[in-house]
Amino acid sequence: MLDASEGYTTEDGRKIGGVVMEMKNITLRFGGVVAIKDISFDIRQGEIRAIIGPNGAGKSSMLNVISGFYHPQEGEVWYQGARRPQMKPYEVARQGIARTFQNIALFEGMTVLDNVMTGRIRQMKAGLLSQAIWKGKAEREETLNREVVEKVIDFLEIQHIRKTPVGRLPYGLKKRVELARALAAEPSILLLDEPMAGMNVEEKEDMSRFILDVNDEFGTTIALIEHDMGVVMDLSDRVVVMDYGKKIGDGTPDEVRRNQDVIDAYLGVAHD
Amino acid sequence: MFYREAGDFKTSYTDDSQTFPIKFDRYRYYVVLVSAFAVVPFVVNDYWVNAVFLPFLIYAIAAIGLNILVGYCGQVSLGTGGFMAVGAYSVYKLMTSFPDVSILIHIILAGVITAAVGVLFGLPSLRIKGFYLAVATLAAQFFLVWLFNRVPWFYNYSASGQISAPERSFLGVPVTGAETAPWAAYLFCLVFVVASAIIARNLTRGMAGRKWMAIRDMDIAAEIIGVNPLKAKLTAFAVSSFFVGISGALFFAVYLGAVEVGEAFGINKSFLVLFMVIIGGLGSIFGSFAGAAFLVLLPVLLKNTLVGGLGWPTDLAAHLEFIIVGALIIIFLIAEPHGLAQLWRVAKEKLRLWPFPH
Ligand SMILES: Nc1ncnc2c1ncn2[C@@H]1O[C@H](COP(=O)(O)OP(=O)(O)OP(=O)(O)O)[C@@H](O)[C@H]1O
Ligand SMILES: [Mg+2]
Repeated sequence: MLDASEGYTTEDGRKIGGVVMEMKNITLRFGGVVAIKDISFDIRQGEIRAIIGPNGAGKSSMLNVISGFYHPQEGEVWYQGARRPQMKPYEVARQGIARTFQNIALFEGMTVLDNVMTGRIRQMKAGLLSQAIWKGKAEREETLNREVVEKVIDFLEIQHIRKTPVGRLPYGLKKRVELARALAAEPSILLLDEPMAGMNVEEKEDMSRFILDVNDEFGTTIALIEHDMGVVMDLSDRVVVMDYGKKIGDGTPDEVRRNQDVIDAYLGVAHD
Repeated sequence: MFYREAGDFKTSYTDDSQTFPIKFDRYRYYVVLVSAFAVVPFVVNDYWVNAVFLPFLIYAIAAIGLNILVGYCGQVSLGTGGFMAVGAYSVYKLMTSFPDVSILIHIILAGVITAAVGVLFGLPSLRIKGFYLAVATLAAQFFLVWLFNRVPWFYNYSASGQISAPERSFLGVPVTGAETAPWAAYLFCLVFVVASAIIARNLTRGMAGRKWMAIRDMDIAAEIIGVNPLKAKLTAFAVSSFFVGISGALFFAVYLGAVEVGEAFGINKSFLVLFMVIIGGLGSIFGSFAGAAFLVLLPVLLKNTLVGGLGWPTDLAAHLEFIIVGALIIIFLIAEPHGLAQLWRVAKEKLRLWPFPH
């Protein structure tokens, strides 16, 4: 069922569409270190795609390739049916790919509201002159986009810290603000690098709920890296397993769980 | 309970993102504005206009400009003096080449020219950061002063090597040259200050400002969420230099009248404006005013009290000024990078609770 090009329907009845992003034979080296070795996989419209693997497997590097921060030595990235030429990260962002970082990368000196508003860069195009006089396009844009941002803020339940500088927030809230910034972009693909790292059980449950809701309500395609196997098995539709830069498994959570290579390399370790 | 924001509810996002969201602040701003235009020119004597008000207004524009670059975009610059010189020499060349065009236009054009020069010298910021960028802008400072000294075309081949402002009127009132009344010079500069502050505030509360601050706080993350770092940095250099250029043009044409470049726009000027920004508060328009006011008033006060009142020798008072400014820079850099503006905010927090501390 998975290889039908039109997509498939999940057990809980969500419609998953065709392939929006395809990585073809990606190889990424840092000097002598091969971070990614000839990996191919695809991401389908509307699905939650997990990337798992032990530390140093190359998961973050893969996300960095997708968001244009690293340029692979070999291989091709296909996005929305076309081969993507080498691009600057900000150009990739403007194509509708938003992300969060393993180590939070917020703008600490700015308020939560301003941080989330930066997510709207793609949609806000008023020129400098219009902004300088704060009339016409600039003013209209500001109000319209503020409305979208406020919805995201409500959705993630961070209304009370709207005007707080991000630098003063605790870790868990920062993670949430970072998700808000990415969501504000209304991305077609959302990349999440360990969104639950360092969180307690309750915070993890909240975050899982947010991720599921985003996917459900807005149909956002999500690729996420996560170490907590329980979370991965609950959330994701399909899983890519990496180990030492190689892909050792790819399929539904159940398939991956039964894959002997995966058990040896990753789950096996966890079960020791 | 002198200062309150409770009960001042916003019903639209436009209301919430305005410059002074709190009613009390908004009224205070109007009061300051009205008295600056309608009261000060009538009650202040010429000494105060020339020693305090004019330099304060003109430096405030320069400080706003530098603050956009350093405080908002996080790019260090030690070239402010040089860029002010670009504004001054631009306005001089424009005034002497096109005597029939309004001085207002000349000053704005001087800002535009300076913006272009600023972009040119801002190009290295794409590759280098922090200390190295500071050195590059320092080189710009020395190069520009050297250029205006060495190329006679810039000073119209005058024998002294100086430039002096021809007489020009605005709305029939002389604003440059010997005939200028101090109140006219004051009002003319005030118009530029108010316009600069409003423009700077609009830019910094909108998307342009967010991009600058994003670059300042974490440039890599900024790029990954869609900020074009090249464009963001160069617009910061352009806008910053635009204001600095206008300030230089006013400093020369309206305030001094005649200028020798090394004296008026040397490296000292770069540091003076940088100190204003640091003491006033990085990343705050209000702070730019506070810093300019502080560093303009300090020597005047020291001179009036110590030299005039206590009979100290002038040089001793001047040395004391260095010590005070130096100490303050260190204190602010270490303890309060947001400067006087932050102290003001803290004072407001306290006032809001006063007299009930909890
Ligand atoms: N910029 C870089 N320069 C050099 N080596 C790098 C760079 N980025 C990643 N690597 C190397 O690539 C390999 C994969 O790193 P990566 O961060 O992608 O792993 P990961 O799967 O995300 O691990 P973790 O679970 O610890 O986050 C590691 O050996 C790492 O040292
Ligand atoms: Mg990682």
